[in-house]
Amino acid sequence: MNQVVAELPVWAAVLVACFLLLGASLCLIGAVGFLRLPTFYERIHAPTLTTSWGIGGVMIASMIFFSVSTGKDVVHEILIGLFVTITTPVTFMLLARAALYRDRTEQTGTVPDKGADRGTDPRSRTQERDTTIDAQ
Amino acid sequence: MSTTIISVSVQIAQLMLVLAMAIVLIRIILGPRAQDRIIGLDTLYVNAMLLLVTFGISSGRMIYFEAALVVSMLGFVSTLALAKFLMRGEVIE
Repeated sequence: MNQVVAELPVWAAVLVACFLLLGASLCLIGAVGFLRLPTFYERIHAPTLTTSWGIGGVMIASMIFFSVSTGKDVVHEILIGLFVTITTPVTFMLLARAALYRDRTEQTGTVPDKGADRGTDPRSRTQERDTTIDAQ
Repeated sequence: MSTTIISVSVQIAQLMLVLAMAIVLIRIILGPRAQDRIIGLDTLYVNAMLLLVTFGISSGRMIYFEAALVVSMLGFVSTLALAKFLMRGEVIE
């Protein structure tokens, strides 16, 4: 461990430290926002700090560290960054739709009705049609 | 010099990540509904993955990268499955 780190020049160490601290502090800020925001639809925004620049900072730090310490271009951390960047909107969108569906079926009164976004999601329209047919 | 900078920054970053995981755990325990807990689980695995990458930086081994890649892929699939379960579980009722 110590031999590898000792070969690192100071500028690379400072760069790695800066990106590492940037990423980790953004993760912390995202977690604090996730704890403190009042409703679910506001809370869903906070963890995206973690999955965008939190991941980005730590991955860039890792790339710089391994590239400088091994002397080769190590860029395979981009894989994780790319994967998380692509998959996070998918999961959060699905979770938000699921939460919206649950809130609407329970009629908590905290979310607008289905007519408010009519036409954006064909699946919700068919479900609404089914429920009205059942009601009739 | 560079050894000190790297080790101190890695320790501070690990402390921040563990603190973030603890805060997310509080929200998972408090979380009024299931969707809050699922988002918390998602954030928790991302933070654990970043913790693995910082372990890799502090030890100088690349093996931690592969663990982080596996964690990110399995975490995505599990969160997706839980989100689909939220939708379908309500539909069946």
